[in-house]
Amino acid sequence: MCDQTFLAITFGPCDSCSENRPLMNLYIKTEPINYCSLCMEIMACQGLASGETLKSLKAESETLRKKLEEERKKLHDVELEKVAEKAEALGELNMKTRRTLKGHGNKVLCMDWCKDKRRIVSSSQDGKVIVWDAFTTNKEHAVTMPTTWVMACAYAPSGCAIACGGLDNKCSVYPLSLDKDENLAAKKKSVAMHTNYLSGCTFTNSDMQILTSSGDGTSALWDVESGQLLQSFHGHSADVLTLDLAPSETGNTFVSGGSDKKANVWDLRSGQNVQSFDTHDSDINCVKYYPSGDAFASASDDSTCRLFDLRADREVSIYSKDSIMFGAASVDFSLSGRLLFAGYNDYTINVWDVLKGTRVAILFGHENRVSSLRVSPDGTAFCSGSWDNTLRIWA
Amino acid sequence: SQGKMARDMSDIDILKMELEQLKKEVSTPREPVSKTSKDIMDWCEAASGTDLLITGVPDDKNPYKPEKGGCIIT
Repeated sequence: MCDQTFLAITFGPCDSCSENRPLMNLYIKTEPINYCSLCMEIMACQGLASGETLKSLKAESETLRKKLEEERKKLHDVELEKVAEKAEALGELNMKTRRTLKGHGNKVLCMDWCKDKRRIVSSSQDGKVIVWDAFTTNKEHAVTMPTTWVMACAYAPSGCAIACGGLDNKCSVYPLSLDKDENLAAKKKSVAMHTNYLSGCTFTNSDMQILTSSGDGTSALWDVESGQLLQSFHGHSADVLTLDLAPSETGNTFVSGGSDKKANVWDLRSGQNVQSFDTHDSDINCVKYYPSGDAFASASDDSTCRLFDLRADREVSIYSKDSIMFGAASVDFSLSGRLLFAGYNDYTINVWDVLKGTRVAILFGHENRVSSLRVSPDGTAFCSGSWDNTLRIWA
Repeated sequence: SQGKMARDMSDIDILKMELEQLKKEVSTPREPVSKTSKDIMDWCEAASGTDLLITGVPDDKNPYKPEKGGCIIT
């Protein structure tokens, strides 16, 4: 102890362990520090003479947050909409439902396209997972999961398998065979194990690895063959609801969104959270990368969709209207990134001009919430899944 | 790396984790929006010719047009 210390005894929360204990009111130089006797001994042993208290950490955090805001502000020298004034206006869009996929007995929660641009996998609340041919609307495969609320499903890049999961806290992979009578459930492989529901899953660049997001607050990367956990991603302070992998040309990152209103960007190899965005006012239900990989869009319960620029490290556009009062559940970009399709809890799909920030169309047709929405791999159409038990193909 | 979940950590540990994260983020390289948004726009315009939902596709080339008169459930 330095020779300027003097002691007085009071009772209250310790600055170090937060427990209510008799406190030694210690003054180191002139800074008052209230430690309980146990923590004081620990501090003395660790030689933390600078007093790393909750207070000082909070103060440092606050200073850094302000600095971060300043740094970001400096670079906010123009609005995207202003830059986009030079862009050509969009012509009128003529989109309508071209196919309706009927067959689910309950809410459709998720869907994904196969790389062959015609097959679709969808999953529903009643545990059914169906593979469709979107051209003919025929059902090619169906499997019943041993769980309800299958909130996530994905097609493997090879087109030879699907992954799905939900309230079972797992992600399972089913190889698809050409024999339609074959029992898919027999070949099922459990890959991911979380401690809460599975909210999202996607294969990485091959059939060998799967990335998952969960209500347990984490995301994780798994080896499909062995079921081994390769990397886990911690940083959200509540359920992770969605994830999207960066386009393969742009490197090894993915973005996740959660109930903590944050969108986090992660490095796949190191597990590090490299960027974080927290401008939404409510849960983020869906995140999708812009096709160039330099930005991503989000859909939130706060009824807005937003565009986040990764190189400028900030939000650069909000897609919203006073008349849109219901949460946005799912978004995807058209092939060039000019259009953003968003499905809402008010049963509609709004189409936004990504650059100019304006709405260019509203699509009606679903009779309940639109839960899932994806553009086909060649950009000829997009598919929407809904709580009205159907999927629609729009073109 | 096997990190802990927020609910298993003490307040000081959480603050230290947030502090480390903030220190990283403050030193992340950033570019001005005037440059990055122009790049976003340029990429978009360069790809616009391939965006079939904007350019449209002639009926005889698009597998989804013409509409089928119903759907087949097998």
